[in-house]
Amino acid sequence: MRSIIYQALFLAALVFVVWLLVTNTIENLRARGLKSGFDFLNSRSGIPISDTIIDWNPDDTFGRAYFVGILNTLRVGIIGIVLATILGTIIGIARLSSNWLVAKLASIYVETIRNVPLLLQLIFIYAFVGNVLPDQLNPIVIGAGFYLNKSGLIFPLLKLDTAHYIVGGVLLASLVAMLIYNRWAKRRQYATGVAPKRLLPSLGILIVPAVAAFLAMGAPAEFDVAAKTRFRFIGGGSIGPEFLTVLVGLVIYTASFIAEIVRSGILAVSYGQTEAAGALGLTRGQTLRLVLLPQALRVIIPPMTSQYLNLVKNSSLALIAGYPDVVAIENMTMNQTGRALEAILLIMAVYLTISLSISLAMNYYNKRIALKER
Amino acid sequence: MAVSDTATESAAIGPPPATTGFLGWMRKNLFSNVWNTLLTIVCAYLIIRIVPPLVSWLFLDATWGEAAPQQCRAAEGACWAFVTEKHRVILFGRYPFLEHWRPLLGICVLLTVVLTSCFRRCWRPWIALVWIGGLGAFFVLMFGGDVPIGLRAAAAAAAGAFLIATLRSSGSTRSLLFGATALFALLALAAGPIFRVIDGVLNAAFGTGPLLAGATGIWFEIPTGLGFVSTSLWGGLPLTLLLSILGIVVAFPLAILLALGRRSKMPLIRMFCVGYIEVIRGVPLISLLFVGSFLLPLFLPRGVEISDLLRAQVAIIGFSAAYLAEVIRGGLQAIPRGQFEAADALGLSYWQKMAKIVLPQAITIVIPPIVNTFIGLFKDTSLVSIVSLTDLLLATKDIALADVDWRAFYAEGYAFIALIYFVFCFFMSKYSQYLERQFETGRQKRR
Repeated sequence: MRSIIYQALFLAALVFVVWLLVTNTIENLRARGLKSGFDFLNSRSGIPISDTIIDWNPDDTFGRAYFVGILNTLRVGIIGIVLATILGTIIGIARLSSNWLVAKLASIYVETIRNVPLLLQLIFIYAFVGNVLPDQLNPIVIGAGFYLNKSGLIFPLLKLDTAHYIVGGVLLASLVAMLIYNRWAKRRQYATGVAPKRLLPSLGILIVPAVAAFLAMGAPAEFDVAAKTRFRFIGGGSIGPEFLTVLVGLVIYTASFIAEIVRSGILAVSYGQTEAAGALGLTRGQTLRLVLLPQALRVIIPPMTSQYLNLVKNSSLALIAGYPDVVAIENMTMNQTGRALEAILLIMAVYLTISLSISLAMNYYNKRIALKER
Repeated sequence: MAVSDTATESAAIGPPPATTGFLGWMRKNLFSNVWNTLLTIVCAYLIIRIVPPLVSWLFLDATWGEAAPQQCRAAEGACWAFVTEKHRVILFGRYPFLEHWRPLLGICVLLTVVLTSCFRRCWRPWIALVWIGGLGAFFVLMFGGDVPIGLRAAAAAAAGAFLIATLRSSGSTRSLLFGATALFALLALAAGPIFRVIDGVLNAAFGTGPLLAGATGIWFEIPTGLGFVSTSLWGGLPLTLLLSILGIVVAFPLAILLALGRRSKMPLIRMFCVGYIEVIRGVPLISLLFVGSFLLPLFLPRGVEISDLLRAQVAIIGFSAAYLAEVIRGGLQAIPRGQFEAADALGLSYWQKMAKIVLPQAITIVIPPIVNTFIGLFKDTSLVSIVSLTDLLLATKDIALADVDWRAFYAEGYAFIALIYFVFCFFMSKYSQYLERQFETGRQKRR
């Protein structure tokens, strides 16, 4: 009974506050002569966007600009997550190295990067790219068609033709075949107690058909390498200085957190587990694969997910480097149309969708790997 | 017998020379096998390539002390003369130059309060008084002008009286007194903005005009003899510290309520708390700062204006409350169920159970993660520069580096504030690790 009264009171207060906010907002909007609604999404934007995945010109609508922004956020998020995981894992393992120098260098990296705000690092990297890197025509030559200069990173592109799509298709089919094989192997092991070999056949199923198809079609691998003309580089792929800044900043920063997660995950598995596996006669590889890794992953995965989410959320700082992610574009939209409420809701919707879908996926995964207590 | 024989024998011979001393250490830690040797060589190469040029840039070739920008450009190394020239602008932003002693003193007061709170011996209710006093002194110093001290002093005195009463009382009066203390403390600190908002609401509903805001003025104002400085001129380190410290302190009670609400048995309250926490944690801080600076003015009744600083502060408080709530919830979950059951068995009410049994234990456990949240928030306050508040970062970027003569020395400027952030964060993280170890041994001893 009491709890019902409390909840009714709470609801009443909540309704009152919401009513107050809504009436105030309507009143304020009217007083300032501002319109509201999402109709602006269909009107011509007129904003220039420098770095897009899909085609863009200023005559397109605000709705398309929003979509361009979402794609850019996802692009920096996904590439950033992959690179940060690789770098972070290497540094996390390096911190546990028996080599004193390696361990010290890794811990200096982690302590320094973690304790300085990301925004400051991004501004610094951006200033560095703009001031220190050489200009367009005198790039730093990295080799193999890679160049680095003020206007970003230039790299060779694979010229795609039908053969590559066919190889891609074959690869996809063999991936399915590999999963089926592994399932069969697992069932067989449960049924008979004899474990069929898994690693080599799996790799074979995955790689051999694709390589065979690739060779059968004459191994077409033509690269579009950038060439220097009198004024600029032509051809090849390139990523702009803004994207480069944001990506490098996010990867360096997030890697320092991932390194700590990896380290603590490895340390969380007690040495007794290794000894017990040895006593059971497992080989080193089996110990790692069947005993250590599954237990370490259980510790690593949840905080790792929250780091991935942080990376995606932190990519909103791309604004200051001029990278047109969803926040930057909606910020421009806000300035053009004056629809602050709508623009902010659009921004929040993107991040909430990403956050919720990642955490749903993670909850599912966590349930699967959680300790089965009996 | 045989065992002791071997022992003396090996002691007499001693370990092989290559395993002791500096050489032995190197062999064991740097060159134990081919792979390690290779790694060592690669690292050594990197260090040789990076460290000497860095050291000569940072120290040997650098221009120290006072120097003209031309001298700096002539030199090879870093231009610390830039920091010498601009450090006051970087540290205090647009605050009037001749009054810089005030924010400096303000920082000292704040840091003293924070440092005091770091000692476990000081984790007593009276620390709340230190906070009220410290923050009050900080605001008086920063604002200057005529302090409408009547109401604030009365509220602060009432808070003090209630706190002392709380310490001496027991039972349910205690929680009542504690609530009153908190209320009066809040009034003492934030009387102005609170009253303005309440006035606006009343005015919108009943057309009453300024009721309470007048009250702060009616009470006698004490001239501090210092010139009034509005928050639009505040900047630099005091701003960064204020945003992050208030961001944790004010968010803390909210976070406790949210955490309790999330574990509540009342579905409506639970749903609200879960929704709030998940939404706030799901969106980036920058979008909340946008809400603060663009939407908050729309949400408030007409005629109520709040400063840019307060808008950002509100956004930061709302943000950190959600994160703190999750930290505190972690602490609540760590409390064994027996504690709850024992409290129920004693016939304690919900609030008694929470305030006396559960929360004291839960919060103590989560102090290290709270410090970590604070570190994150301290770094995140740099985002207010995007909504044009002159914190450390923006003071460097837009004021110090806006000077054409010194524009080239951005690396030195950013390195300087990076060092400030680093020093704060590094020591806080060491403190949190220290606390963790303390609690760890404490728990082991009890076993």
